[in-house]
This record gives sequence, C-alpha cells and structure tokens, in this order.
Amino acid sequence: MKAETATAKQSQDLLQVEELNIHFPTDHGMLKAVNGVSFNVYRGKTLGIVGESGCGKSITGKAIIGIQPKTSAISGSIKLGDVDLVKLKRNGREIRAIRGSKIAMIFQEPMAAFSPLYTIGNQIMESILLHRTKNKKEAAMLTVDILQRVGISNPEKRFHQYPHEFSGGMMQRAMIAMALSCEPELLIADEPTTALDVTIQAQVLDLMKQLQREFGMAIVFITHDLGIVAEMCDEVAVMYLGKIVEQATVREIYKNPKHPYTRGLLRSIPTIGSRKERLESIEGTVPIPINMPPMCGFFDRCQDRIPGVCDKREVPETQLSDNHRVSCFLYADTDNETEILS
Amino acid sequence: MSSYIVRRLIMMIPVVILISIIVFFIIQLPPGDFISGYAAKMTTSGEVMDEAALKLLRESYGLDQAWYVQYGKWIWGMISKGDFGYSLNYNRPVSSIIGQYMSLTLVVSIISMLFTYAVSIPIGIFSAVRQYSIADYIFTAFGFIGMATPNFLMAIILMYLSYVYVGDPMLGLFSPEFIDAAWTYAKFVDFFKHMIIPVIVIGLGSTAELIRVMRAQMLDEMDKPYMLTARSKGLSERRIIMKYPVRAAINPIVSTLGWSLTAVFTGSTITAIVLNLPLQGPVMYRALLSQDMYLAGTWLLFMAVCIVLGTLISDILLVWLDPRIRMRKGM
Ligand SMILES: Nc1ncnc2c1ncn2[C@@H]1O[C@H](COP(=O)(O)OP(=O)(O)O)[C@@H](O)[C@H]1O
Ligand SMILES: [Mg+2]
Repeated sequence: MKAETATAKQSQDLLQVEELNIHFPTDHGMLKAVNGVSFNVYRGKTLGIVGESGCGKSITGKAIIGIQPKTSAISGSIKLGDVDLVKLKRNGREIRAIRGSKIAMIFQEPMAAFSPLYTIGNQIMESILLHRTKNKKEAAMLTVDILQRVGISNPEKRFHQYPHEFSGGMMQRAMIAMALSCEPELLIADEPTTALDVTIQAQVLDLMKQLQREFGMAIVFITHDLGIVAEMCDEVAVMYLGKIVEQATVREIYKNPKHPYTRGLLRSIPTIGSRKERLESIEGTVPIPINMPPMCGFFDRCQDRIPGVCDKREVPETQLSDNHRVSCFLYADTDNETEILS
Repeated sequence: MSSYIVRRLIMMIPVVILISIIVFFIIQLPPGDFISGYAAKMTTSGEVMDEAALKLLRESYGLDQAWYVQYGKWIWGMISKGDFGYSLNYNRPVSSIIGQYMSLTLVVSIISMLFTYAVSIPIGIFSAVRQYSIADYIFTAFGFIGMATPNFLMAIILMYLSYVYVGDPMLGLFSPEFIDAAWTYAKFVDFFKHMIIPVIVIGLGSTAELIRVMRAQMLDEMDKPYMLTARSKGLSERRIIMKYPVRAAINPIVSTLGWSLTAVFTGSTITAIVLNLPLQGPVMYRALLSQDMYLAGTWLLFMAVCIVLGTLISDILLVWLDPRIRMRKGM
C-alpha cells in the first residue's frame, strides 16, 4: 500500500532539485547565494518559493534553466526526468532544447524583459520557430492564437506593435504568452506581478491560474509575498539566506507555521479589513552569506533563539510529517539528529 | 516615413540660405580683399601696382560693391547658371576646382569610414563578448595608442615605413605617371595602394574610439534583462548577441553616420597636407588665407550643406532603426 502511493507520487514528479549550491567567489570569500536547497516539483502543481529580497529565490529559478550568472559555481542536481540539468553544458544544445520548450520562465519586469527594438510578435514567435515549427506563417498564426489566449484583444494588431505601445499589465500577458507558446511542462514565474499595480496584479494571477488549468503545466512561483502564495500555490518553500527553512502545503503553512521566520512573514501579511496601523515586520537585517560560521542564519533576528544551541551548529532538518519539514532547533529531536549525523 | 523625409528636405532650404548669407558675410569681414593681398605679394617681389590698376581689377571682379550685392550676384549665378563664381587664386571657375578635389575627397572619406566601421564594430563586439580576455586587453591597448597618436605623426611613421620596406613613401593619391592618365586597371591599383596610408591615418583615431564605444555599448546591452529572456527561450548565444545587443549597440553608431562622414570629410586637412593629398582640406586652407572669397565661400557652403545633409541622414536612420523614435514622430 505504502509502496504504491510512493510510486504514484513518483510518477507525478516533474523536477527534483537536490542539494543545490550556487556560490559566488568574491574578494571576501565565497558568497553562498544558494546553499543546499532541495525540493520537488510535481506535474500540474504549483510550488511557491517565498522569502525576503536577496535570499536566493531568483538565482534558484534561473539555475533550473541554467541561466544563473556566469560567475557563479553550481553543484548539486536538478533532475528533469533522467536528465541532470546541472551537468549539461552551459548554453549548450541540450539545455537550449529544454529552455522555452519544456521549461519556460517569466520575469519580474515585463518591460525590461523584452527588447524595445523588435515587435512583440517577433519576440514571441522566436520561441515557436525554435521549438515547434520552421514555417513562419504557421508560427505567426500560433503567436496570434496564444496572444488571444492570454486575453490580449485585437491580437493581429498587437502582434505588430512594439513593447512601448503596451501597458505594464499587457506586457506581462505578452510575456506569459511567450512562455506558454511552446506549452512547457514547467513554468518558472519570478515575481511576475511585483512590478504591477494591485488590480492588474489580481488579473494576471487569475490569468495564470486559468492557463494552468488549460495547459496543465507545473509552476514554480517565486514571490516575497506570502499573501499571493495562498492564492496561487499548492505547496510553499520558505527560503532564508540561501536555504529552505520550512516547506509544507499551503494549508499547513498557514494553519501550522513552525519556523520563527515563517511566523514572522505571516504576521507581516496585510489582511483586508485589518485595523493594524502598521504591519509587523521582522526586525534586523539579513546578513550577507559570506564565510558564515556553522549556525542558524536567522539567529540574530529570531525571537525564539536558544543561545548556545542555535549559534553553535548547523541546523538539522526535521521532517514533521509527510508534507511538512522545517530546519529549526526548536523542532530538532535527537533521534533525527543522530540520523543526520550518522 | 516619406512625408517625414520630404518635410525635412523642405526645412533644409531656409537653413542653407541662412548659412550661405552668414558664410559670405564672415568671409568678406576681414580687412582687405584678395586684390590687396595680391598687390602686397607683388610689392614684395618688386613689382608695384598703381591704384588705378587695382581699382580696375576690383571693378572687373565686382569687389568694389557692397557685400550683399556681391552675395546676391553670387547666389543668382549659382541658381540660374550653376556658376559658383571664379577663383582668383587658381584662375579657374570654382566649380571646376570643386569637381576635381571634392570627388576625390568624398571617395577617401567614404573609404575611411568604411574602414573604420569594418574594423571597429567586429572588434568592439568581440571585446565585449570576451571581456577581460587577452584579446580584449590587446585591442584595448591598441585602442588607446590609436587614440593618443596624433594623425600627422602616424602619417610620417607610415610614410617612413612604406619608404623603407616598399621603397615608396606613397605620397599623394597617385604615382606621378598616373596623375593625368585616364582610369585604367593599373591606375586603379595604384590609387588603391596610395589609399592605404591615408585611410589608416584618417580612420585610426575614429576606429580606436569606435571600438571603445561599441564595446561599452555592447557590455551595457548584454547586461539588460532581455538577454535573460532571450536565453530562456533557448536561442543560441551567437544568435542572441547578433539579434539583440549588437542591433541595440549599433543603432546609435549607424545613426550618427551622417555626422561622422561630415567629420571625416572636414577633419582630414592636416593629414592631407602631410601626405600631400589632392583633397579639399589644403585647398580650402589656402583659399581662406588668400581671401579667395568665391572659392572659400562655395567651399564653406558646400560643407554646410554636407553637415545639414549628414544630420538629415542621421535623423532618418535613427527614425528608421528605433521604433520608439518612430512612434514619437508619429509615423
Ligand atoms: N551576479 C552576481 N554576482 C554575485 N552575487 C550575486 C549575483 N547575483 C545574485 N547574487 C547574490 O545572490 C543572492 C541571491 O540573489 P537573488 O536570487 O537575486 O535574490 P532574490 O531572492 O531577491 O531573488 C544575493 O545575496 C545576491 O547578492
Ligand atoms: Mg529576485
């Protein structure tokens, strides 16, 4: 019985990230932007990656399609089926065949993500011409079609327009169209609505949910806003200083947050009708992850810290249940720890 | 687009007229005229010209009239008969001098510019794509040397080298035997050989500068977020570079082509003097010194038209290349 569910779950596996490290050599030492990150993405599901700015979300997302900065050193594995994407040659033929076709990405600043010198149609069609058809007419038709599907009215006309003729919301729709044009299995969305104003934000999120139902792709949804996570995701990984400090289903995270950092983030979500004058925010600043001693990176900001414990060792990960894990000394049971140490 | 060009062409007319008036006014501004300079020269060589003879000369060339009358006649001759006046220095119609020097100058300028673009743009791209590589450092060093070496010095060095290794300093644009010959294959080859040094000398500074500009523009563009988008689609690096940053980096360079051409056209005077090139620079220089007013005036006017045309070409290219500007101009 148990073995059966395990295989069922495995067949749903789309992407497996294991012990991913992305380090930048700097003059002061190694900057560990991503430090031992592991997570799975399941077919058709949405995984949220949440955390404050600089915690390594974007780099993680970029690393999945191998577009992390050239200056970084990457290790660990990112498995798409049997293929370890980390092992593929940078910008080589194999990873390029996956980019845009199996895994697509959308970015935070839609305006900047397009070149101002080519039409929207040209830039979307490029993907299609690369992965789906060599026929220009057909590619143009497919482009108009996808523009229509992301809710851009008058797509034939819009096809020939330039980015500066689009509004921010329209641009983000165009970017989504570009990403979905080859019907990827996985969409990495890096703060896709952060640059948009609130009403447009809601529209784009609704669109993404609708398109996920239609296309059936999985989404890695990167955001710093736990409020959006509730709306968009099935599962959420909370990142802090290059590590995942807690991961659980969305229900579980909201109902039963364990990590003091997660709790802090939840307290800082604005809720509609809340009378609070000011949102609580987590005190203190994020350290720079260079030459960190073996200790909890959240120690200095943590309300529940245990001096002499949290600042003396690496934090062990505790599997609280099937769908909930946390890295915090508050939940580290000794059994688990010996298991990790042995 | 075409209505924009027509509009701009029409706008050129008053500009050119205004410039021609200013040019003519300034040229006759210094005290004396060609005749007084001529008389002074005669005196130093022992001949004395009397007042009556000078007066006669002035009258026959119309130099005794007010400047605006002279200007009117000059312009009228230009419009009605294509007559640009008479060069007192050369004792020939201005138009024949212009025909002779201007076409050669144009050829040398255009070849210099092509040289500049053909060398600097690929190097600039390469240096940016391989930033901090050994080749990048070498090109950078070359660039600084090129920018820092004065043209005349470069000209002399190259002439010397050519003399030592080829046995001919390659002065002028033709070997003596070809100067008055008709165009044949042999003359063409000779011309081409003589072009090498001038083109390098005239083009070197701008080549070095353009490498820096192109490299900087490329690095700037390659840092932009649209590069990530292009990569995320699965395009190859080469295609991305050529389609996006190169196009973006070349735009400002191509669109200033008009201005650059004018700059090369007018800026090669010293090189032309040093290399004894039959180009417009030295001729113009002499015309100004001796107050050969119709020649100098026509020349300045010609330059002004070149600059206005160059600007027009640049503006058109800019509009053509950049959709954002096209939009703003309402096309
Ligand atoms: N090109 C780079 N060179 C050096 N460090 C970088 C570079 N890009 C990102 N980093 C570092 O990696 C960390 C994570 O960055 P990022 O993934 O962009 O954060 P975010 O969670 O805000 O998306 C940051 O600390 C940042 O300083
Ligand atoms: Mg980010």
